[in-house]
Amino acid sequence: MEVTAQQAFDIEKIRKDFPLLEQEMNGKPIIFLDSAASSQKPAQVIDRLNDYYRTGHANVHRGVYQLSQEATTAFEEARELVRQFINAPSEKEVIFVRGCTEGINLVASSYGRKFINQGDAVLITAMEHHSNIVPWQMICEERGAELRVAPVNDAGEIDLDALYELLDERVKIVSLVHVSNALGTVNPVKAIIDRAHELNIPVLVDGAQAIPHTQVDVQALDADFYTFSGHKMFGPTGIGVLYGKEEWLEQMPPYHGGGEMIKTVTFEKTTYNELPHKFEAGTPDISGVIGLGEAVKYMQSVGYDNISRHEHELLVYATEQLEQIEGLRIIGTAKEKASVVSFIVDGVHPYDLGAILDKLGIAVRTGHHCTQPLMARYEIPGTVRASFAFYNNKADIDALVAGINRAVLMLK
Amino acid sequence: MNPINSIQDEIIEEFAFFGDWMEKYEYIIDLGKSLPLIDEQYKDEDHLIKGCQSQVWLHADEAEGKVSFTADSDAVITKGIIALLVRVLSGQKAEEIAQADLYFIDKIGLKEHLSPTRSNGLVSMVRQMKMYGLAINAKSQ
Repeated sequence: MEVTAQQAFDIEKIRKDFPLLEQEMNGKPIIFLDSAASSQKPAQVIDRLNDYYRTGHANVHRGVYQLSQEATTAFEEARELVRQFINAPSEKEVIFVRGCTEGINLVASSYGRKFINQGDAVLITAMEHHSNIVPWQMICEERGAELRVAPVNDAGEIDLDALYELLDERVKIVSLVHVSNALGTVNPVKAIIDRAHELNIPVLVDGAQAIPHTQVDVQALDADFYTFSGHKMFGPTGIGVLYGKEEWLEQMPPYHGGGEMIKTVTFEKTTYNELPHKFEAGTPDISGVIGLGEAVKYMQSVGYDNISRHEHELLVYATEQLEQIEGLRIIGTAKEKASVVSFIVDGVHPYDLGAILDKLGIAVRTGHHCTQPLMARYEIPGTVRASFAFYNNKADIDALVAGINRAVLMLK
Repeated sequence: MNPINSIQDEIIEEFAFFGDWMEKYEYIIDLGKSLPLIDEQYKDEDHLIKGCQSQVWLHADEAEGKVSFTADSDAVITKGIIALLVRVLSGQKAEEIAQADLYFIDKIGLKEHLSPTRSNGLVSMVRQMKMYGLAINAKSQ
């Protein structure tokens, strides 16, 4: 009998893979609705980390002995898994970094020092996370360049006409978020990349919130740089990936200096290692990389079709249920959204709501979500954000709605 | 007994009557809603203590070596806790404010609100209150 993908997705079985979901918070079974901040980890990833440290640890790319070679093999196999996962053409283009933030900083600093000069411009959008604003501000200040910001409409979508208006030959790079962490908006990155490429302008995509939810094919997108964090995609903290096209990476100077990234060193002159090692100075986060590889395998076993379908159901259900709460307003109503719902309730401060939900065992994010300019755009101090991963279910949403109703009764 | 500590003990005793966190929060929310804590003229940038989550305004007045505080917050639970802190510290001697050990917060089960990770402005507010105590005490010596 043919097994359809729908049948293959067993939410109860998946929930059992995540030990943390069995825990309590404030004496209540935990309802974890903050996966956009950091996702929980399946036992497969936890066990792989444990095994690695118990039986397989040695430094990589250095030892002639068996243990080191095995660690190196496991490390490079993980790179290959990631390469396939995002469909990068070559392993040279998959650079391990600490996370999305470091990925953006690497490009801002290294690309910026090479290609951004006095009078040039960098184009971002008004819905960027601070980590996709501040590194560009820093390099713009250093190089005497201008930071341009494409506006966002009331629904939380980029104003494309305005963005294209800002895109001219002075722009040396466009950097934008694929999926907004604060609003859930899925941006039309492919269209923006195509438009930028007409002017030969490269584009960096901050994929931190996209990779846990949607299949990313860097070649289909034709992104010049694409970066994401492991901890938001069910892998360990402290590890992330920067994909970059070889043609750019070859031209860029190294970001950090140290061991591993060199070919030869004398006090007069150092020559740099080949890609990707040129950008990986020092002993890398070996266990993080291996754990990330395991997270990739885990996501592939669940399947993006299942993930997308299940999360879309959760998003639709949550939106319907939340909209029935009197005075509740959803911030971010884009047509294309990932499973993130940000909201405010009239007369209720997000902090107060979050503090009461915490006592009910419900983990949500409150505040400005590291997007202060975006919150200023909507003239609100912040929002409450519930974000869903594929391990969440409708019962989680029912608990959230009941919790909000209870909190609002107390607070109003 | 140190007057700051006797007020803290009073509050601890009052909170002992509450059965669970719900009752405590209801009380704190009531405190936050009912008290006009600060003169509107002091709710400006100069008196603002910015937290990531909520904001706090704090104003201090000095008379005869004693410091009185008024404060406010945009979040009602934060404001309720401010009301308790003001009750404990306001009108006390500068020196005693500077040296106060605010153990009541932990004892009544609200210490998470004074944890730096909450970033609600309360930690900075307490630090600021003690700074006022310290500065005024130094000036008077």
